[in-house]
Amino acid sequence: MKEQDFARVREHLDGISRRDFMKFCTVMAAGMGLPLEVAPQIAAAVTAPQRPPVIWLSGSACTGCTESLLRPSHPSLEHLILDLISLDYNETLNAGAGHQAEAALQASIKKNTGKFILVVEGAIPLKDGGVYCMIGGKPFSDIVRETAGKAAAVIAIGSCAAWGGVAAAKPNPTGAVGAPEFLKGKTVVTIPGCPPNAYNFLSTVLHFLTFKKLPALDDKGRPKFAYGRLIHENCERRPHFDAGRFAIKFGDEGHRKGYCLFKLGCKGPMTFANCPALLFNDVGPGSWPVGTGHPCFGCTEEGVGFNLPLHAQADLKHITPGAAYPHIVSERGEGASAGAVALVAGVAGVALGAGVAVAKNLGKTGEGSSSEGE
Amino acid sequence: MKIRRRDFLKGVAAGTLLLAAEQNPAQAKGARKELPPNAVGILYDSTLCIGCKVCEYACKQANNKPVEHGSSGEPMWDDPQDLSAKTLNIIKRYGVEGKKDSVEGFAFVKRHCMHCIDPACVSACPVSALVKNSDNGVVTYNKKACIGCRYCQVACPYNIPKFEWDSPFPEIVKCQLCSHLLAKGGISACCAACPTGASLFGPVEKLRAEAKRRLAMQPGEYYDFPVADINGTEVQQHRAGGYVSHVYGERELGGSQVLYLAGVPFASIGLPDLPEDSYVALADGIQYAIYKGMVYPLVVLGGLIYIIRNREDKKE
Repeated sequence: MKEQDFARVREHLDGISRRDFMKFCTVMAAGMGLPLEVAPQIAAAVTAPQRPPVIWLSGSACTGCTESLLRPSHPSLEHLILDLISLDYNETLNAGAGHQAEAALQASIKKNTGKFILVVEGAIPLKDGGVYCMIGGKPFSDIVRETAGKAAAVIAIGSCAAWGGVAAAKPNPTGAVGAPEFLKGKTVVTIPGCPPNAYNFLSTVLHFLTFKKLPALDDKGRPKFAYGRLIHENCERRPHFDAGRFAIKFGDEGHRKGYCLFKLGCKGPMTFANCPALLFNDVGPGSWPVGTGHPCFGCTEEGVGFNLPLHAQADLKHITPGAAYPHIVSERGEGASAGAVALVAGVAGVALGAGVAVAKNLGKTGEGSSSEGE
Repeated sequence: MKIRRRDFLKGVAAGTLLLAAEQNPAQAKGARKELPPNAVGILYDSTLCIGCKVCEYACKQANNKPVEHGSSGEPMWDDPQDLSAKTLNIIKRYGVEGKKDSVEGFAFVKRHCMHCIDPACVSACPVSALVKNSDNGVVTYNKKACIGCRYCQVACPYNIPKFEWDSPFPEIVKCQLCSHLLAKGGISACCAACPTGASLFGPVEKLRAEAKRRLAMQPGEYYDFPVADINGTEVQQHRAGGYVSHVYGERELGGSQVLYLAGVPFASIGLPDLPEDSYVALADGIQYAIYKGMVYPLVVLGGLIYIIRNREDKKE
């Protein structure tokens, strides 16, 4: 991006230097596993005069996903919602409220039909006609269905929107489901996590803006750049697992020394996410659950988070060799047991006795037969 | 039916001549076998091995073998204690870490089929279920021919073939140098996975030359070591360790296509001192000597006939 091109951008990103801006685009490209040459393309996309409208609907949610969205420092919140995207509706961040906000939502949908990105946060309760989540007098399920039909892309942010999450945990009293299940037949990108990492969400949005298509998704609708890796295989505590060093109880010596948390119920071996690589909140190393000494509970993995007991031992997706080695000559068996020795000795004794008896008889028969022959 | 003694002996003599004519002169003696024309193998350099076991994992992936829970008894790791029906390739450890002298040293060793130039298992197999490929020299196994006699297990001087004792349709299991990958133009999975070049795949002649090159290195100096495939381009710099001045597998039992270099005595990492002539050559020598020209069998047969006839004459 040339200096004169950036002059136009500077109006949008007041105060930000060209250098910082290009750094941001490069970091975003790296985060998505894209070649760094696409950074200028990302720059062009995020500085396009028409900022992409984003409509953010919150259902059965704790608003943790929105909170997570507020945390990134590159870009900061104000740059994100004022300069990069046009966040037209988000119940937590709306300036207006009540009918005014609903009117703004309808106006934005009308104006941007087929162009806006719909973000669903929270599960969609379906039981009893969806009465367990009503917004502006309408069931949330109806709102999602209406809006999704007019959206360019649908992103389900958080575990609740992805498959039901905590709202759908047994016994699921409100009949909550995730957006992909509710909007069957429509491609829904899921960014699961409780909360999800905001950068995974931002990267997905920027990928869509830059290339006009969604990133490669896995079979659960998760972007592969973020959810293609097993936590266990990228965990900073992995060497302790391989060497067989485990924290057995919270606060024990192994726990304080940073040993592997597998035996405390860490679900890292069955959970796909980039937490150990991306970390949270830009505060440096260790800023993710396992880094702080708590086992991963599998929030990004359907059927694991909010489903399996918190401290139950995880299933291993891939079993690989440990760090212990067999010796050059492997001993087989465990030597003879006392019982076996006694048995063999007994049998040998009987055989010996029988042998003596037979030998004695042999002589006799020999004599007998010769006398008979005579 | 009456056969006269004279006629019988004539017939035997004719048969003997026929058999003698059919004898392949090259096989008449237990000659040392030549390396097959396109022989491929592995050079394992114990001084480069870091014991990461990625070769074990790659081997199981490539050959579709299940995990094996060994020493710990906990189903967390794939930790076999020895080669088995589930493990074709294993890293073992010798000695005490930190001690590097050649008496009480420390070393890793990778064990799998040696792909002998004159394999005892092939010789012992009564049904040709184990065969040595005449082109690349890989010793492969054909489960359809195998009768489960396990002679190969007894015959192998390196104790490599394993039997699936717990299977209702058991097979003999051993490293086949990833023949299925070689057929597609690839290399053995263990070598492809090895990060340091400790397991190096390539034509045996080239590997022998590479081994000689390494033996001539100055210990402590840095050299380039090829990684994965000796014909490839990937090279890594390592400090040359002190080698025991011997290429194991170059001559042992007539030589093998898997070669070893080590910094500790080979006997201590489970590679025993073995004669240069293969046991196959010895066994062949005895067999061929006995049956040479069918002389000894005929002498024995003639003697027997003579004794029996003598007795029958006496009875009459």
